[in-house]
Amino acid sequence: MSEIVLQIDGKEVKAAKGMTVLEAAQSAGISIPTLCYHEKLEPFGACRLCIVEVESRGWTRLVVSCVYPVEKDIIVRTRSEQVDRIRKMILELQMAHAPDSFILQDLAKEYGADRNRFEKEPSFCIHCGLCVRYCAEVKKKNAIGFVDRGIRKEISFVPELASKECWNCKECFELCPTEALQAAYVLTEALTSPALSFKREAAK
Amino acid sequence: MPRISSADELAKVSQEMIARRDPNKPRISICAGAGCVASGANEVIAAFKAEIEKQGLTTEVDTKGTGCPGFCERGPILVIYPEEICYVQVKPEDVPEIVSQTIKEKKVVDRLLYADPATGEKATHESDIPFYKNQERIILSSNIKIDPKNIDDYLALGGYSALAKALFQMTSEQVLDEVKKSNIRGRGGGGFPAGRKWEGSRNAPEPIKYVIVNADEGDPGAFMDRALLEGNPHSILEGLTIGAYAVGSHEGYIYVRQEYPLAVENVTIAIKQAEEYGFLGKDILGSGFDFVVKVHQGAGAFVCGESTALMTALEGRAGEPRPKYIRSNVVGLWGRPSVLNNVETWANIPLIINRGADWFTQYGTETSKGTKIFSLVGKINNTGLVEVPMGITLKDIIYKIGGGIPGGKKFKAVQTGGPSGGCIPEELLDLEVGFDELSKVGSMMGSGGMIVMDEDTCMVDVARYFLNFLTDESCGKCVPCREGIRQMLKLLTNITQGKGREGDIELLEELSETAKEAALCALGKSAPNPFLSTLHYFRDEYEAHVKEKRCPALSCKELIAYHIDPEKCNACTTCAKKCPSEAIIGGKNLIHIVDQEKCTKCGTCFEVCPSRFRAVTKISGEPVPPPIPEEARKIVRKSKQK
Amino acid sequence: MDKDRIDQIVDKHHSEPSALIQILLEIQAENHWLPKEALERVSERLQVPMTRVQHIATFYKAFSLVPKGRHEIHICVGTACHVRGASRVLDTVEGLTGIKPGETDLDLKFSLETVNCLGCCALGPVVEIDGKAHGKMAPGQTAEVLKSYE
Repeated sequence: MSEIVLQIDGKEVKAAKGMTVLEAAQSAGISIPTLCYHEKLEPFGACRLCIVEVESRGWTRLVVSCVYPVEKDIIVRTRSEQVDRIRKMILELQMAHAPDSFILQDLAKEYGADRNRFEKEPSFCIHCGLCVRYCAEVKKKNAIGFVDRGIRKEISFVPELASKECWNCKECFELCPTEALQAAYVLTEALTSPALSFKREAAK
Repeated sequence: MPRISSADELAKVSQEMIARRDPNKPRISICAGAGCVASGANEVIAAFKAEIEKQGLTTEVDTKGTGCPGFCERGPILVIYPEEICYVQVKPEDVPEIVSQTIKEKKVVDRLLYADPATGEKATHESDIPFYKNQERIILSSNIKIDPKNIDDYLALGGYSALAKALFQMTSEQVLDEVKKSNIRGRGGGGFPAGRKWEGSRNAPEPIKYVIVNADEGDPGAFMDRALLEGNPHSILEGLTIGAYAVGSHEGYIYVRQEYPLAVENVTIAIKQAEEYGFLGKDILGSGFDFVVKVHQGAGAFVCGESTALMTALEGRAGEPRPKYIRSNVVGLWGRPSVLNNVETWANIPLIINRGADWFTQYGTETSKGTKIFSLVGKINNTGLVEVPMGITLKDIIYKIGGGIPGGKKFKAVQTGGPSGGCIPEELLDLEVGFDELSKVGSMMGSGGMIVMDEDTCMVDVARYFLNFLTDESCGKCVPCREGIRQMLKLLTNITQGKGREGDIELLEELSETAKEAALCALGKSAPNPFLSTLHYFRDEYEAHVKEKRCPALSCKELIAYHIDPEKCNACTTCAKKCPSEAIIGGKNLIHIVDQEKCTKCGTCFEVCPSRFRAVTKISGEPVPPPIPEEARKIVRKSKQK
Repeated sequence: MDKDRIDQIVDKHHSEPSALIQILLEIQAENHWLPKEALERVSERLQVPMTRVQHIATFYKAFSLVPKGRHEIHICVGTACHVRGASRVLDTVEGLTGIKPGETDLDLKFSLETVNCLGCCALGPVVEIDGKAHGKMAPGQTAEVLKSYE
């Protein structure tokens, strides 16, 4: 297995070919904040919080570390004025949806993000996609997915599947950073006709 | 028609086609592009066919619906060969006269000729019309000569000779070199050198490669690709096949947006005919080269015009773009090397191969070679498609070709590059059009949409309009785009409604930086451009909206009021009758007033008030004068002196 | 739409999962909307999870998950039409029909949609009804045009 040597925050890091910058950093004990990353799932690259500066061949640019493959001799900086400014904005944008999320609050403290920068939005899902991807890639049940696009994008259970699978599973619940998932589940259960009562299905 | 199985056979067939067509036989070519069809072109074509039959001339006169020549403002438009007489704005009622005068007696019907609006000078021939004269129509000029549903028309113009030359007189490497030498840059918006993109795929180790035509033309106001695909589909097929040969691909896709049913129809027919004749499929022209093409329809998503999203859609998924850290010409469709180029880029390829890169590079500037087709639309006299050499000035496009601004209004800005582009103000009209030149002033070439705006256009509303478009079209995956432009839209909407606050502009600028630096794809990264460019050149408008709650262009509905000047109103009752909300109070000899409570700001009264009165005015940033008391509204007309 | 017709369309595309969008487009064109049963049948035949079918049916605007009216009104709000006053035309049509874009009225007579450029910019503002384009529309003309549709 070929080895690639790169620099992260001044530290020399040895990584395997095919690793992402985030994985390389984690292997060296360097922490980069993430919201949509999970070691059991394919990288998603949606929250952009893990953005870092990469300098290579004289050029510096910003890349998303959970999907950027390691390259020989690149210099990575996980914190900088611009990186911090962008992370702060991302957190503030997310907190318009879920100001009470513990994960967001902790990160907000670190980056000085103001939870009231933006007017509150009605939905508190932050679209990390962990629930959707976990159900698809790990459980392989596909009981929950995304619908629509743009600012109208949402998570949505497939009621017929959810009534059969979810009551006895609920493994995705602990992944949700905002508990929007639990709310969506309860709503789906409530809107489903009594004939598809979740508990009755599970009892079979 | 049996399959053509060698280059010599093709040459022979083309010669036969040309020989069989009597150059003196009258041919009526009527534009059947979607724009003219919407103006009644199909009825005109039917009228001609009926009249020709009635006169017993069916064998002596050819009538056909053709591709779009670009002069959309004057459609339905037709050209009569061999004289090349061009008639504009033709109606079915005009047909009998055209047949009896022009076809039978070779006389010109004067009233149907194009007349210069300024001088009144008439143009008899297509080439005399100033709109065409100032263009360089190396691609578009073929459209009016071709019935897109008939491959023979394309062959009669020398079609597929470039493919024969590539397959038999050049190696695939030589073809690639010629395209590289031409320096042609992608016509879809990215402006990436096509030759370099092709080379990357050719050199990629994976043996299965794809070539793709991006016909998802989603920029509102741009319809160049539609005219090319509808009007001359074989030119794109030929270019695509040559590209496949150069890159080593045997499978191609044409991704057409579903909103273009005529383009889908015509390219599907073209593929079938090309397969019959042996220009597609196995052993093309007996060269041993195999290549098949499939048509795939879009389903209403602007983001699928982005190359990685398009490939994801081809795979049958939701069009979410992928990170471009590994380029899609190496890892693209199904993870394989994929060359994706715009319709117009592919249409240039047969010309480059036939006439050579040296011929191509004589057009254009140092860094932008060749011609570009722009769709010139908006507040412009000559709306339509214009093909010009790179390096022509914006001023020449807008005034010499476009005929300037209608209604005597003042030019304000020209928007290029669609939702990813920016607005260019009057002081920069001498700009020479090119990829880098447009980027330098904060806009971009984009796919070629060129929207002209006048003094009545509010630039803050333009920014809001594009952000509104993007909040709907964004795929919604990444935070900087989905959330960033959500908030930007809210701020801009508030500003256009008079609810803007101090600090809003600075917050918009911060959100712009986040989107530009951190968004996943080009849609998100370029989303702030319309805002940033209008802020740069028209900051005063933003400040007026925020600080004075005033719209200088008198356009933003919440910031304007319609008011009838009592000094000028003549009680003609036109506005009261036409008002869709019955918001005008008045009657015979009674000065009219607008009921501000009922007024929906539709602007009808403003449009219909006779120009000799000009009594309806728009007010912004100041209170509306209260209506004058009822007694004062009676008009006492002076009796006429006998 | 009956199951057999859906199966025919799926078979025409060789049950290829990558043809999912093309299959749904054909069903939409014939049936004017995508009933849930159609989505479930397609999901079953193509062996594609329902979440993916759901995502695609909602992501792409060509698809409708609710029945459409007898007459489909498409108002172009592309940049060229916008600059010529399309938003005022849209407001007037909304007032006359009582519905907003994406909606169908209760009599199932009209469905209203906005579209982002029909490519007839010379005729802007353009209102397309049942595929027929009405060019150079002004707010004052809309009532007359709509009245002609039963």
